[in-house]
Amino acid sequence: MAEKKLIEYVANLARVNITEKEADALGQQLEHILEYIDKLKEVNVDGVEPMRGLHLETNIFRQDEVVPFNNREDILINAPSREDGYFKIPQVIE
Amino acid sequence: MKDLFNLTGVEIAKAIKNGDLKEEAVYSSFKARIDKIDSSLNSFVQTYEKPVKSEGESRLSGVPIAVKDNICVKGKAITCSSKILSSHIAVYDATVVKKLKQAGLQIIGTTNMDEFAFGSSTENSCYGATKNPWDYTKVPGGSSGGSAAAVGARLAPFALGSDTGGSIRQPACFCGVVGFKPTYGRVSRYGLVAFASSLDQIGPITTNFVDCAYLLNIICGADDFDSTSSRISTGDFTKELNDDIENIKIGVPRQYFSEGLMLPVKEAVEEAINTFRKKKAKIIEIDLPHTEYAVAVYYIIASSEASSNLQRFDGIKYGVRQNAASLKEVYTHSRQQGFGEEAKRRIFLGTHSLSSGYYDAYYVKALKVRRLIKQDFDKAFSEVDVILTPTSPTPAFGMGAKSQDPLSMYLSDIYTISANLAGAPAVSFPCGFTKDNLPIGVQLIGKEFDEATLIRLGFSYQNCTEFHKRIPNI
Repeated sequence: MAEKKLIEYVANLARVNITEKEADALGQQLEHILEYIDKLKEVNVDGVEPMRGLHLETNIFRQDEVVPFNNREDILINAPSREDGYFKIPQVIE
Repeated sequence: MKDLFNLTGVEIAKAIKNGDLKEEAVYSSFKARIDKIDSSLNSFVQTYEKPVKSEGESRLSGVPIAVKDNICVKGKAITCSSKILSSHIAVYDATVVKKLKQAGLQIIGTTNMDEFAFGSSTENSCYGATKNPWDYTKVPGGSSGGSAAAVGARLAPFALGSDTGGSIRQPACFCGVVGFKPTYGRVSRYGLVAFASSLDQIGPITTNFVDCAYLLNIICGADDFDSTSSRISTGDFTKELNDDIENIKIGVPRQYFSEGLMLPVKEAVEEAINTFRKKKAKIIEIDLPHTEYAVAVYYIIASSEASSNLQRFDGIKYGVRQNAASLKEVYTHSRQQGFGEEAKRRIFLGTHSLSSGYYDAYYVKALKVRRLIKQDFDKAFSEVDVILTPTSPTPAFGMGAKSQDPLSMYLSDIYTISANLAGAPAVSFPCGFTKDNLPIGVQLIGKEFDEATLIRLGFSYQNCTEFHKRIPNI
């Protein structure tokens, strides 16, 4: 993990820009944490199913009904940039 | 009558009902106390000039309550103590907030926390660290450190926190108050900013178990807006305010009393065990053999879920945006500027654990060991009714003592994490003080959906002890 390439790879996946200095620090800290986590290797998990839920063995669904929502301003009020009732972002199509 | 700040929440509600206290005066008195003390304690992010409340009524009507800064109060700022959400306004009420309003409580403000609940000391906040009301050179614990410090300092009778790996219980322990994490699914998380969705739970922080039972009655229950909230009936927790604990079987896991546990903590917890023994509960030694893997499992699962949940903070629909030429750079720069150090560490750890090539070795392995931990609890609970452990291996540690060493910070949650992995209810309450007058906490973990036995034991304990009545000298 300490490898710089790997940190850069993860930074890209996570969509977080990092400075050289941050990359070094993160690399060291994560290496230290992953060393500790490696103790999981000693646990025998043969035949153990991954635990993906808690006591709720079934999902609770509701009817998928269309309900009108008219509070457009509630959605836009926290937008960092907006225009004419839309979110405004940099151009994505050339 | 006693000084207002020495009254319990239930006593305040009764005094209002009898006409001995005016609701408005109660609010302004607590507000004035916050204004006086919190400039140095820093437990609140904001207080409201006028209470957030509605016309509802309950046995807690009129009692002021603080909520953690990751719970939505409509029309008010909610920031998770993160730069990326600075200036964010909640556009709806969390279900718990709606319930508090309907019960006539007065919401007084929001409390400081580790950014997005990532931490065990409330030092990772964009508003600066909260201090421990018992000793300003010590941390209050975290991540609900603001909520616990506020209740500990009697700046509010009640607060809500959230608990993903101990974030209600560990700060409650450090601040000498009662912090209750209900069973996973007991309290709706609708309107709680998600950290790790298979672990998060909202719960109350109070000074005593009577208040805790009344408050749980209000906040628990099924909610259509949270598909993980349970339909299992909650019952009336105040019926458990009963001193009879004869023959309740308390399991004491030997793995929780080994290396790393500080002597004064060990002695105080053993004394608590003696108190329960004297009240004729049965003490039984048990085994939780996978305990030593809980922290590793937790940091994989919690960070993986967090990295996924935090993908929504991209500077587009809300949050702080860093302008850049391309859309991708808007994401990467907004997230670089907006997230603090610990948030980045968790995002990196989680993204790495979920990435192709590491997914099976880290994430899936952790899910498997999580099941083994859960099976340990299932086996233990076939023999005992509850499990008793220390809440934290040490009392409150010094400001800055662990902030440069993330792993040592993670290990301070060693006794609280398993309950989240197993989905079990758990509570921390005070059981002693060190010679430096720092609170020590003991933890009870219950069977799924059996909060009742925890309340009964805690109430019974507080009936014959005085630790919960001590107030810090501030």
